[in-house]
Amino acid sequence: MLDDTSDGYITTDGRRIGGVLMEMRNITLRFGGVVAIKDISFDIREGEIRAIIGPNGAGKSSMLNVISGFYHPQEGEVLFEGKPRPPMKPYQVARQGIARTFQNIALFNGMSVLDNVMTGRLTKMNAGLLAQGLWYGKAEREETENRIKAERVIDFLEIQHIRKTPVGRLPYGLKKRVELARALVAEPRLLLLDEPMAGMNVEEKEDMSRFILDVNDEFGTTIALIEHDMGVVMDLSDRVVVMDYGKKIGDGPPDEVRANQDVIDAYLGVAHD
Amino acid sequence: MPEQLLFAMEVTLNGLMAGVMYSLVALGFVLIFKASGIFNYAQGVMALFAALTLVGIMDGQVPFSHLINAIFGTEVHNFGWHVPAFLAILLTMVVMVGFAWAVNRFVLRHLVNQEPIILFMATIGLAYFLEGFGDLMWGSDIKKLDVGLPQGINTAIDDVTFNLLGYGFFIDNLDIVATVIAIILVTLLVLFSQYTKQGRALRAVADDHQAALSVGISLNMIWVLVWSIAGFVALVAGIMWGAKSGVQFSLSLIALKALPVLMLGGFTSIPGAIVGGLIIGVGEKLFEFIVGPMVGGATENWFAYVLALLFLVFRPQGLFGEKIIERV
Ligand SMILES: Nc1ncnc2c1ncn2[C@@H]1O[C@H](COP(=O)(O)OP(=O)(O)O)[C@@H](O)[C@H]1O
Ligand SMILES: [Mg+2]
Repeated sequence: MLDDTSDGYITTDGRRIGGVLMEMRNITLRFGGVVAIKDISFDIREGEIRAIIGPNGAGKSSMLNVISGFYHPQEGEVLFEGKPRPPMKPYQVARQGIARTFQNIALFNGMSVLDNVMTGRLTKMNAGLLAQGLWYGKAEREETENRIKAERVIDFLEIQHIRKTPVGRLPYGLKKRVELARALVAEPRLLLLDEPMAGMNVEEKEDMSRFILDVNDEFGTTIALIEHDMGVVMDLSDRVVVMDYGKKIGDGPPDEVRANQDVIDAYLGVAHD
Repeated sequence: MPEQLLFAMEVTLNGLMAGVMYSLVALGFVLIFKASGIFNYAQGVMALFAALTLVGIMDGQVPFSHLINAIFGTEVHNFGWHVPAFLAILLTMVVMVGFAWAVNRFVLRHLVNQEPIILFMATIGLAYFLEGFGDLMWGSDIKKLDVGLPQGINTAIDDVTFNLLGYGFFIDNLDIVATVIAIILVTLLVLFSQYTKQGRALRAVADDHQAALSVGISLNMIWVLVWSIAGFVALVAGIMWGAKSGVQFSLSLIALKALPVLMLGGFTSIPGAIVGGLIIGVGEKLFEFIVGPMVGGATENWFAYVLALLFLVFRPQGLFGEKIIERV
């Protein structure tokens, strides 16, 4: 990252990053006495892979939940596409084009992989009940289009072989991939991934890293992801926010952040005062 | 064919028809339970309320006339018109959707994330409220409901079976109509939940609330939808039972018949509710036919509950539910 002007920057591998898509301003989130997020500001730029890292309990998931409308901060402002966003329900945020996955995987276990992915298209369907019932006109076009998009994402993430399998029966690594597929099929403006590689073996982690890079590269999707593991993040992300005990202790490109003394202390577990 | 077998066939047929109605009532419970984890104690009273409203609208009754007359010293009772059954059913449905909306807006929305027992208690309160509200709105006298459904013994079936088997089956026309309507309704519900956007959203909510929210589904919208569908099911059940035995408090007890069906079929299974209803319908009629005479009859009062009890002991997850194994 060379210069951080309002209309973006060029990455070291030559990708063009655009203006600010999402901005968090002085966010504070409390749960009773626990302050999960303490006065944090940062932004996410168009086309970027933005990472949030930090030790367990740092407040990373809480931050993602604020962005996706699951939590509502007591203080601060959220700006999306330059406009202040009023407090919104999660489903309203989703309809604005922000898709997400969960740290603990939230899938529809009783449905097949294909059906799960198809639910990602629900916000894109407008046909009336009658048209759907008669399988006519708009309803037919929409369903066909959604099906094509779902199949494309399924191919892209290499889960064709389990299309018809009920999700509840899948191993952990594949579930994570299905959840990504469901988020991706919504063609989000912003994709939020909460620890997409947690609990995976090395091979699965490599696959997932490749998918995340490919998604960003091929569709130009803006991605904000949480990771626990520094190593993974360094290869993947353009800019990193580091959190510790609810506070922001670093923000910048991976190399810069890695050299930051506060960050090193947090990761080495230096005692807090 | 031996006479006993013919009797048994007739009994089975009647049982199947009763069973379809049980399935329908049970489906009302299952839908709400699946989508929100609420066991809706008010389902039976909803059927009573729907039937009361239907009669009231058809007869041009002035709603809350007792209250109005008491307050204003007036003597209004009737608008003096009659609304055709079809239109009245539509209007009643509008009232039931309004009820669904109000329940969600004023009760359930304030109880999000509460324990299931709290939600259950809330529906008990709702049941008593709705019972009183229905009385206040339409009066508490027993009413006759006639939406023009055929009644009496079906002579065609009687004739055909008599000519074919030498024994005429006694099948009630109303039972036939009720069965056909229930089958159509059950089919529509299944198609709706499998093939429409709203149905897919409903299944999503039933499966996982968080995930449903994350793909842009409004839980409130779905809850109003399932309560509306439950209201519709209640209306149909109310019409069938009301046409048979009048609209009165006992109509709300049909919900009690759905309980054993749910224990058999499982609280979350749509096929379970359908098959469970049929088993109980046929089971209680055949049991009464075969065992009834030996024990002095009236087995229909308890057969379904005993069967359900046996299921609770030996297969608590119901016919189609998956076995729950506690993780330790
Ligand atoms: N829903 C909640 N209710 C109460 N406390 C919460 C809730 N969510 C998070 N917290 C608290 O906020 C802090 C940050 O948690 P979290 O955001 O999950 O951290 P991370 O994802 O970085 O591990 C923790 O102390 C956690 O206990
Ligand atoms: Mg977390």
